[in-house]
Amino acid sequence: MPTKAPRLAVWKFASCDGCQLSLLDLEDDLLAVAGAVEIASFPEASRAVGPGPYDVSLVEGSITTPHDAERIQDVRRMSRIVVAIGSCATAGGIQALRNYQDVKEFVSLVYAHPTYIDTLATSTPIADHVKVDYELHGCPVNKRQLLEVLNATLNGRKPVISPHPVCTECKRKGVVCVMVARDLVCMGPVTHAGCGALCPSYHRGCFGCYGPSDAPNTAAFANSLAYHGLTSEAAVRLFRTFAAGAPAFREQSLAIEESGARPSMSPEAGH
Amino acid sequence: MPIGYQERPLVPLDVGDRAILRPDQLSGILAALRGRGYTLLGPTVRDAAIIYAEIAGADDLPVGWTDVQSPGSYRLAARPDGAFFGYSVGPHSWKATFHRPEITLWQAERQGDGGFTIHEPAPETSRVALIGVRACELAAIRIQDRVLLDGPFADPHYAARRRDVFVVAVNCTEPGDTCFCASMGTGPGVESGFDLALTEFVTDTEHLFLAEIGSGAGAEVLAEWPVDRATHGQIAAAAARTQAAAQRMGRSVDTRDVKEVLARNLENPRWEETAARCLGCTNCTQVCPTCFCTAVHDLTDLSGRTATRVRQWDSCFDRSFSYVHGGSVRRSGMSRYRQWLTHKMSFWADEFGSLGCVGCGRCITWCPKGIDITAEIAAIRAADPS
Repeated sequence: MPTKAPRLAVWKFASCDGCQLSLLDLEDDLLAVAGAVEIASFPEASRAVGPGPYDVSLVEGSITTPHDAERIQDVRRMSRIVVAIGSCATAGGIQALRNYQDVKEFVSLVYAHPTYIDTLATSTPIADHVKVDYELHGCPVNKRQLLEVLNATLNGRKPVISPHPVCTECKRKGVVCVMVARDLVCMGPVTHAGCGALCPSYHRGCFGCYGPSDAPNTAAFANSLAYHGLTSEAAVRLFRTFAAGAPAFREQSLAIEESGARPSMSPEAGH
Repeated sequence: MPIGYQERPLVPLDVGDRAILRPDQLSGILAALRGRGYTLLGPTVRDAAIIYAEIAGADDLPVGWTDVQSPGSYRLAARPDGAFFGYSVGPHSWKATFHRPEITLWQAERQGDGGFTIHEPAPETSRVALIGVRACELAAIRIQDRVLLDGPFADPHYAARRRDVFVVAVNCTEPGDTCFCASMGTGPGVESGFDLALTEFVTDTEHLFLAEIGSGAGAEVLAEWPVDRATHGQIAAAAARTQAAAQRMGRSVDTRDVKEVLARNLENPRWEETAARCLGCTNCTQVCPTCFCTAVHDLTDLSGRTATRVRQWDSCFDRSFSYVHGGSVRRSGMSRYRQWLTHKMSFWADEFGSLGCVGCGRCITWCPKGIDITAEIAAIRAADPS
């Protein structure tokens, strides 16, 4: 019995378009996706924009303006399933750095006519505004995981997305730990997996772009940073990059700022 | 005192016999193993560590390198002599060879009549020669065999990969700072489970190996070479090197009634203190050569016609590991850390008849926080009221 193909829409809020590009990057699989769904609205890919309602909406970007705060409500109303994709949509993105500063001051410095700028004081994830059915982390999202989320949604099952920290992916791949063997700063132990341990595979520390893992011990990790000689300013910056608005990273960065100087270490505590 | 090498006419050697080999002869034996269709897996320097990977022959061994290990730290270091096996165990274990990090268990295909058919891929086999296996690692393989082969539910994938294996073991003469196999009774000397077992002698003037034959296959490979049968003096010298290594272990565990001590101290405040340091990063479980836990996931293709069941290494340090309807059983970091250590060092014995730890020290070195299982056990024991 032929059934109507589910209708897919892709939305952009404050973001760089990189996550949408991950969808276009699916190459051969994109044809399969196009065969399995009706791509009803995807302005990045086509000017032919079909009206709602939609079965699945992929939402990229964070909410940074009053206009977007209203627009996301419309998206939710028009969509059966909303999937937030990427660090902006799930944790506010790098633009969530504004959450720690005075945005009015920025605006007055950057723009010749600040009165034209209508922006919010914060950059917030989609789930702060509407009910989100699934969140896919990453900056950008991993295209295999994006396909898995679409696939699972179409087949009415739960996506198989690892809740582990990045360390698990390093070990499964046989990547030698860059912290232990090279003394590099690596956010892997507190960062959500999904990238396939991309940075450590190239002998770089993870910089946490997927945001916090399922149950990160950020306080213990911050102590490690101090032990390895990082200043508290540098430690705060580590927690405030692409997932600056994620609660676990935000709280830890504030805790480090509050404690001021480097946390004191007892010899017993070691690393 | 030099060990001495003297080439003698070919003599038939049997299981239990010992011979003296020059490095070029050992190279030749590795080449002969390749000639017999074995893929050589052995130590080699890569990614700032001595890892296990496919090697072409003795030239790929970590000659000129050793390692310096401590809790949470591993550094390669230059080694002036030409030792083939002058290092302690590194980040990899042989676990990944037999108990793969990820495998496909089966696929199901939907049929037109509403039913489905199952395709089960034949377990992958391989003919591998493991080069440089330490006593602690042989003990770990024995433990995984007990879990994955000898129980009522043997894993066919593990079994297929374990079937055709040639083991070149090495009596350990290079224990590291995080090693404690001597106290676990698993090393540093190898006793069984090998085809050939080497003891390396390297000084300014000579570089030789004492090779003990552990199987018919080992005798056969050695029979191709005119080797020097070891004298009693040489055998004693090799034993002395391994005994000396036992005295140089960086750490130890008091295993007397450790099972009971841990089991009756589940509410010790030490668990909370250590959990405060523990990142929950899963590294200890992944580097552990005996940890065997996996999770299975079902994937589909876009059309929903084909489903695939895959199995991946899992870790008890994840909340998802103990997830049942309604939530995770072990919600706190404390309960997860305690689960791992008490399983390994206490109730493993009830399940499998031995402790689950072989004293290789990997969980200490490769813990980014340097949490030391030997210190944790000692602390619990010290606070034991009985």
